[in-house]
Amino acid sequence: MPLTAPVSDWTSDFDVLDPQYVVNPFTIWDDLRARCPIAHTKRRGSNWLPTRYDDVTNMAHDIEHFSSSQVLVIPIGDEESDEGPDLEYGFPPIGADPPLHTWTRRLLLPWFSHARVKSYVPLTRSVCTTLLDGFADGSEVDAAVAYAQQIPVRVIAKILGVPTDMSDTFTQWVRDFLEFADDAERRIAAGDALLTYFVEQMELRRHSPGDDLLSELLQSEVNGEPVDDGVILGMAAVVLIAGVDTTWSAIGSSLWHLSTHPDDLQLLVEHPEMMTQAIEELLRAYSPVTMARVVTEDIVFGGCPMKEGDKVLMNFPAANRDPEAFADPDRVDLNRTHNRHVAFGSGIHRCAGSNLARMELKVALEEWIHRIPTFTLDLGQETTWAGGQVRGPRTLPVVFR
Amino acid sequence: MGRRSSSGTSDIAGGVPMKIRVDAEKCQGHARCYGLAPELFDVDDYGQASVIVDVVPPELEAKALLAIANCPEYAIEVVSDEP
Repeated sequence: MPLTAPVSDWTSDFDVLDPQYVVNPFTIWDDLRARCPIAHTKRRGSNWLPTRYDDVTNMAHDIEHFSSSQVLVIPIGDEESDEGPDLEYGFPPIGADPPLHTWTRRLLLPWFSHARVKSYVPLTRSVCTTLLDGFADGSEVDAAVAYAQQIPVRVIAKILGVPTDMSDTFTQWVRDFLEFADDAERRIAAGDALLTYFVEQMELRRHSPGDDLLSELLQSEVNGEPVDDGVILGMAAVVLIAGVDTTWSAIGSSLWHLSTHPDDLQLLVEHPEMMTQAIEELLRAYSPVTMARVVTEDIVFGGCPMKEGDKVLMNFPAANRDPEAFADPDRVDLNRTHNRHVAFGSGIHRCAGSNLARMELKVALEEWIHRIPTFTLDLGQETTWAGGQVRGPRTLPVVFR
Repeated sequence: MGRRSSSGTSDIAGGVPMKIRVDAEKCQGHARCYGLAPELFDVDDYGQASVIVDVVPPELEAKALLAIANCPEYAIEVVSDEP
């Protein structure tokens, strides 16, 4: 993986893959909010980084000037693949603007409605308890690798209708595509493999449909016409990509917090009814996801001269730490009642899977706390973090008993 | 900012029945209202939230205000009877 050059000045040369930013972006955002507040860099193209809540949410709502046609934080660049399937429609709906965004999103939303998500609870609980059975009787575990990482991928595979025994492969493809995105070869190989796999799965489902998302997409009609295979391919790929790294990171960050804040852990052990409110605070404080937008025409936003084709990184994690929007934002307060966080975005691209993500996070924490009510971070081993598009712990050694 | 609704922070008027509404144009389906107060809100298959009571029962007014204060889209407001 290429190393990034040291950052000279965060206001004019920021780098979201800088190790300092990956491990502790919070102090950098504080500094930028006070001095900037929208930073710029020429690394990987011309990119802007807002840090205030109002800037981020106003940009998210201004879909005319900030298009979702390129949502990858680390751009794919010129090194296009000639090997894998063509992705002529990109990744709708997340990587599309209206009108494509609108109807593709409507096809997905019922699969992630409150009612539907309730039906995925038993599966999620069963995944969690099976994982816990494997290590809860011991005294230590890597909570990221052996637990957090394993949960969302199995649930989303089941929803999509692809084999859950491919989970480790899915996870590796998604990590290569998002986390190791600076390594073009690795990313392209993963993207090709993932898309090729879905082309095969689409053929299978076309001939023997099941009661899964992929089968339903293949049978869907919009305005009396079947949906183009290229659109379905992009949608299926994005459901997997968006459904794996993100929630896994939220579960991991939440467990990291509880492993380092025994009072909060104790609070949830004694008051399990607080979990619904607590996960909103954990989502606020450790929002995993940053998405990108592309500037559609030259504009001045917040005093910044943005050029057509520039990228803007929708810094929802920093928005959620803005002191103008949240009292004492760097303090994680599980009792926080006024919490208008935008961990799932803002505007028309609000995460389509947010109900699912919330349920998975809640069930994962409930089951863990039920089995392992006391645990602490193992300071003798290294905790590592991934950043860029999705931030969360990738190794999380904890000890118990 | 322009997106914000001033009525989102209204205090409860003493003795006056409280009515609330969801602005369908602003609602993006975060479902925070439903999570906080399922007695007052429902959310359809597409994420669109709606109020399911004509008048907020007095014992649920605090919950209604909580939902208003947690909506990321400023989509919930207290309905004023004034023209």
